[in-house]
Parts: sequence; structure tokens; C-alpha cells
Amino acid sequence: MSNLALDQIAKSYGPVQALRGVSLDLCRGEVHALMGENGAGKSTLIRLLSGLERPDAGRMRLDGKPLTLHSPKAAQAIGLRVLHQELQVVPGLSVAENMHLHRPFPRRLGLVDWRRINAVARVALDMLGLAHIDPRLPMGRLATGDRMLCRIAATLVGQESPRLLILDEPTAALTHAESARLFSVIDGLKAQGTGVLYVSHRMAEVIALADRISVLRDGVLVASYRRGEVTEARLIKDMTGRALPDLFSPRSSAPASPPVLRVRGLVSGPLQGIDLDLAPGEVLGLAGLAGSGRGHLLRALIGAVRRRGVVELTGKPLPANPRGAWAAGLAYIPRERRAEGLMLRRPILETATLPHLATLCGRFLHRQVERAFLADTGARVRLKAAGPQVTPIALSGGNQQKLLFARAIGAKPKVMLLDDPTRGVDVGARADLYRLIRELAGEGTAVLLASSDLPELIGLSDRIAILQGGRIARIVAAEGLSEADLLAQTYRVAA
Amino acid sequence: MTFLRRYGSMAGMAAILIFFAAAKPESFPTLGNWLNISQQVSMLLVVAVTMTVVMAMGDFDLSVGAMASLAGVVCAVAFVRGWGIPEALAFALLAGLLGGLVNGALVSLAGLLPFVATLATMTVFSGLAFILSDGRTISGNDIPAAFGDFARNGWIIAMDGERALRLPPLTLLALGVTAIAWVVLEQTSYGRRLYAIGGNAEAARLAGVPVARLRLSAFAITGVGAAVAGLMYAGRVASANPVQGDGLMLSAIAAVFLGQSLTESGQPRVLATVAGVVVLGALDNGLTQMRVDSYVREVLVGVIIVLAVGVSALARRGARD
Repeated sequence: MSNLALDQIAKSYGPVQALRGVSLDLCRGEVHALMGENGAGKSTLIRLLSGLERPDAGRMRLDGKPLTLHSPKAAQAIGLRVLHQELQVVPGLSVAENMHLHRPFPRRLGLVDWRRINAVARVALDMLGLAHIDPRLPMGRLATGDRMLCRIAATLVGQESPRLLILDEPTAALTHAESARLFSVIDGLKAQGTGVLYVSHRMAEVIALADRISVLRDGVLVASYRRGEVTEARLIKDMTGRALPDLFSPRSSAPASPPVLRVRGLVSGPLQGIDLDLAPGEVLGLAGLAGSGRGHLLRALIGAVRRRGVVELTGKPLPANPRGAWAAGLAYIPRERRAEGLMLRRPILETATLPHLATLCGRFLHRQVERAFLADTGARVRLKAAGPQVTPIALSGGNQQKLLFARAIGAKPKVMLLDDPTRGVDVGARADLYRLIRELAGEGTAVLLASSDLPELIGLSDRIAILQGGRIARIVAAEGLSEADLLAQTYRVAA
Repeated sequence: MTFLRRYGSMAGMAAILIFFAAAKPESFPTLGNWLNISQQVSMLLVVAVTMTVVMAMGDFDLSVGAMASLAGVVCAVAFVRGWGIPEALAFALLAGLLGGLVNGALVSLAGLLPFVATLATMTVFSGLAFILSDGRTISGNDIPAAFGDFARNGWIIAMDGERALRLPPLTLLALGVTAIAWVVLEQTSYGRRLYAIGGNAEAARLAGVPVARLRLSAFAITGVGAAVAGLMYAGRVASANPVQGDGLMLSAIAAVFLGQSLTESGQPRVLATVAGVVVLGALDNGLTQMRVDSYVREVLVGVIIVLAVGVSALARRGARD
């Protein structure tokens, strides 16, 4: 039985046709995955379904009856909930308050009934089996994954399950364990009869989770499959329109030479004493559960957080501040590109040259030199931008990330620190970045790669260091390692 | 419609100038009047362009008016105690530098919000000015004649019948400060880093920008700018009292906002700030000539700021959609 049906939906923005007659349906009690590269039309479809915008042509039907969504309220009213990609939570308010943000607070004698707010939140959390989350805690104290789960729980507050739930890249910010918990929650909702439209780039999880998979390309629905009918290779071909034989180029054999980066007894935040040698041209993966300090290690090395212990770059002590670290030959790609990487309202040129101003320009700006720099490095990472003056907001997620890579490779770094470098990046740009990382390694750049994406870790790394309890528990060769092996290694309790 | 959004506030400001030129054709659009305006706004210009330096970082400084008053008082008190002009000027500029550094330290090292930090130092500077001056105006024989003469003289650049039109030294000084601010903010790596901080402070830090140090120095620049303006004021009236610079702060912030509404990206730029100052100065001058009550003038200035900034905010929202 089809619950929500879209029939020949079209939508244009000026000359750009975002959707050209898309027909799609979503049944209760199923997970329907929607895939596609950035710009394929997924976001437009979500905006239409959230009632933020209206289609130019085509019809929507709910249980066979015509449906018009003129506002987000109308979408809410029919039991449709959308969880957008960016986490929209207020860190200072409690979990329960956050879960009530879009509805009136329950009151008693005219005042807010705190006991009832917390009780209602508790019930909703329990419906998803989230017994470990205390609704009275401030949202800011929760891990990213738990925040996402709270937002899903919020759709259950004061009612039975939502009829339709749209999740936009829900695992983009989650660790493996958090994702696993999310999937079991989705299974639970499905069992209660909710229809889930699941938008994601991650092929492995979509194949495992979805009852049906539909692929959008350039505003057209190009393929639709039932569970078990499709392979990753097929999906890549559908999304990009071309076959990518292998995302990962072959490893180069790293020459045995003295380490470029030497770390001894590094203590910082969750890290209890890290020892590490990184050879030139080596890609060392960092794997670990949430809170293992994967990303923190990179922040400590670039000098963004306080650290103790020995850190040497080519035998010389590495300055413990970002300025000194960049100047000494480190480059860093942060995990949150919008919050930590880009100057969103400044020309991309300024983001690209910022760490290199002293060497490129000295005291006074030389805009010619800067433009040449961006043209050079931009071409190398295949950055697609309308010019050096556009702002990063105008770029797709993949191109934003390429901009940060262009910046990082600009000064020919000795060591690159990459924190989840392909998060929320579409598969085409992802392939470009993988090729680039391999190329750089081939030229002798050492790469430290922290990632929550297991195939990426295995495919790119020469060796993978597993972080447990603030230490490197062991280092394993990546060649021939399966995802299951790596997961087992990550979970295995340190002896 | 797009045109109105992008150039609406520019057109509005041009309309103001055209209106005055049409209403007072014999007195408003004359060289003599514009030289006069340029001298009237010279102090505001200095404060506004140096305010642009901190606003480029997304911060602002509420203490500039009080600092201008304090610097004037410091200079006058130095005269009273028998110091010469170079020493008195140095003391006043030093006060500006120190005050700016205190603001910078509170914001960058102690982590106070600029609003809170500079609100607090504003009252401190103001109180110090009262303490130093005993709450009275210092003028007359205590002030060396040469100090006041600087502001009064000027180079004759044209004749208007019998009257010699002079280029006021204060105007030249203000243009000099503006040129320096423009070079520093828009032509140096230093300025670029300030804009980077304004664009995304955490991203700037992770990209190797020494955020704390730059914040400190930018506030110091603004403090010195305020002290320069205070000295110009004291020179122009050949006296100093503990409140004479206070009005500069709101006007300076207003000028930067007006300027921001002129730029495509809505960011503080030095030349845009100059345009904001010119409009405020012309408005003051034109309305005075038309004998409009000064209270009405204040209402008008407020309305114009809301209109200009509102239009440009709408324009940017439009650009995002």
C-alpha cells in the first residue's frame, strides 16, 4: 500500500532545473533510500516535502487523496517529520526542552510544567530504547550521535510514531557505534509502521538498511531497486553516470626511511600517552570508537589544544601552536569544514591563502600571486568554482572540501592531518580526493588520516593505528583487512 | 528590484545630497561649505575608520568616545602641569594605546564579549577623565596658543570673493589616518587576517592566525585612533572637558553600519565607512542650514540608519535564497 506518492514533480530555480518530473512513493513500514550526488536534486525534494517550497508541476498524494504542502506546518500536520543534515539543537537547553522546541510546553496553572516535560521526553526516549539519555541533561553535554537520536525521539513526543520520517544524511556526523544504534532505532520505527525516506551518500549502509533504493541524477530518477537487487558498483554508476572501477588507487610502497613525524608520550585531553612514527609517503589511518581521541590527536598535533610530550618533525621539535605548525610543514583539514575551515562569507581566495600569507605575500598583499596560487592548487584538486571571488557558500560540499585540500597542499606540506576528509562529500568528489591523497603520498607527503568511514580507512591507509583508552593499542597493516576485521580490532578490549 | 536591493542605500544617500543641493543651491554644494563639512567630520572620520579595524574582526568598541574625551583631558592636564606640546601629545596617545590594549586584553585574553568589556572600560575612561580634570573644562591660558592654532590655520586653496578658502589641517590629518587605515586593513596580510577572524575566528585560529595577538593589536589601533580624535577636538576648541568626545562613539558605529550597507558583501570596509561619515556630516550640515531642529535631526539620522541597514540586510537575505 502506497502511503505518500509523488507524481511527475518538477521544480526549477531560474534557469536551473533541479527536478524534472520525479515520481517516487513511500510506504508505511518501509525504509526507502534516496541516493545521488550533490546537485542531483535530493535537497530540493526534501524542501518540497517539508513544505518549505512548492513544486512547479506534478502532484502529491497521501493515501490516494491529493496533497498540497504550503508550509512546514502543513507537513507537520499530516505526520511528516524532516531531520535536516545540520544538527539543529540548542546546546544550553536540556534534552527535554530541545525535544519540545517546536511545540507548546505543557503547562500547569499557567506555568511551565517541568515534571511533565521531562516525563514526556522520557517516554519518547524509551520508545526508541534510549534509556541511557537523561532528558534533564543539557543538550551540549551529549555526544553528537545521541543528539541526533534525541532529535528523532523529539518527533515522537506526545503522539504515536510519525507517519513519515525524512532523514537527510543522518550518519554524516556519527561514529560507527552511533550509526549502529541509529539503525536499530530506524528498524524499530519501521516495525511501528513509520515510512522512512533515508537520504545518504554511504552506499554500504544504504544497501544494508533500505528496503528500496532510488537514485537521482541531474533531477531525474534514474534507477530504483528492491533490497538485494543492487551492488555498490552499480549504484556508483547510477549516481555518476560513469563506472568507477575502483575508488582507491593502488598503494605506493613507502620507502623505508627515518620517520618525518615522531611522537612520544603525547598527553592531551583523552589521550594518555601516544607513541607514533610516521614515515614520508606513508598513509597512517587512525581508527577508534567515539571518544577514543582520533580527532583530538590531530588537533593536538596542529597545536589547537594543549599537549604534553615529545613531537618532532624531521628531528626538530614541532611548535605547539597552529601558526608554528603550519609554518613548520604541517597541514590540517578539520572535521567540521563549515565551523572550523571556511570563511563562509569571504571570497574563497582568502580561505585558500590564509595559512600561507606570510610566504606568499609577506607584509603586503599581492593579489596576483594569491590568484596564481589558487589557480594552481585549485586545478590540482579539481576545484570547480566560478572564480577566486565567489564565497564558499556558493560551492557544493565536495567543492568546499576541495577548497580546503587546495589550501592544505599549497605549501607542499611534509605531513597532512586529515580529520574525516570526505564527510558529506559526494562520490565523484570523493574519488578525486582519494586519488589526490594517494598522489601526495607517492610524492613523499606523510598522511595521518582519522576517519569513521571504514572502507575509506582500509582503502587509503598503509597501516591503521587503533586507539583505545587514550593509547594506540596496536597498529595493523591495511592491505587485505576486511571491514569486519577492523571493527573487531576496534572493539577488542585492550589486553 | 535587484537593483534597489544592491544599490538602494547608495541611491538613498545620493538622494540626500541632491536634495540639499536643490534646497540650498547657493550655500550647500559649494567648495567652502564642503571644506567646512570636512573639518566638522574630521574627528568622526578618524574614530570611524579606526573603529572599522575592530569591526572587520566582528568586534566593536564602545569606549572610543570616552577615550577621546580622556585623551583631550590628559593633554590639557599635561599643559597645566607645565609640559610642552610634544610631551602632552605623547601622553595622550599613550593613554589611547594603553586603553586600547586593556580592551584588547579583556576581549582576547580574558574572553569577555567586546560589548561587555568596552562598556566597562567606557565608564572607567569617562570616570578617569572627570577625576583628572576635576570635572571642569580646561581652557584659556593653560592651553598653549600653538596647540589651538594648528586646527585654525590651513592652506589657502581658493578665493571666494574676499574670503580665502583654506584646506583645514584637521581634514588633512583625518585623510592621512584614513589612508593608513585603508592600507593596513585592505592591502596588508595583517588586515586580511583580521577579516579572516571576522569571517570565522575558529577557522582562522586553526589555519595559523594568532587570533589573540591580532585582537589585542586591533583594539590598540582603535584606542590610538580615539585618542587622536580627542586631541583634534581639543585642538579645535583649544580646551578640554571630560565629555567632549562622548558623542563620537554612536556616530562612528552608525557610520560603519551605513558604510557596510553600501558594500556588496555587507562587510565593514574603510572607503565605505568614509562614505558613511560623509553622509552623516552632510546631513548634519544640510539640516542645520535648513534650520531643522537638532532633535528632529537625531530622529532622522536614526531612521536613515534603519532604512539603509534594513535594505542591505534584506538584499543579502535575498541573495542567499
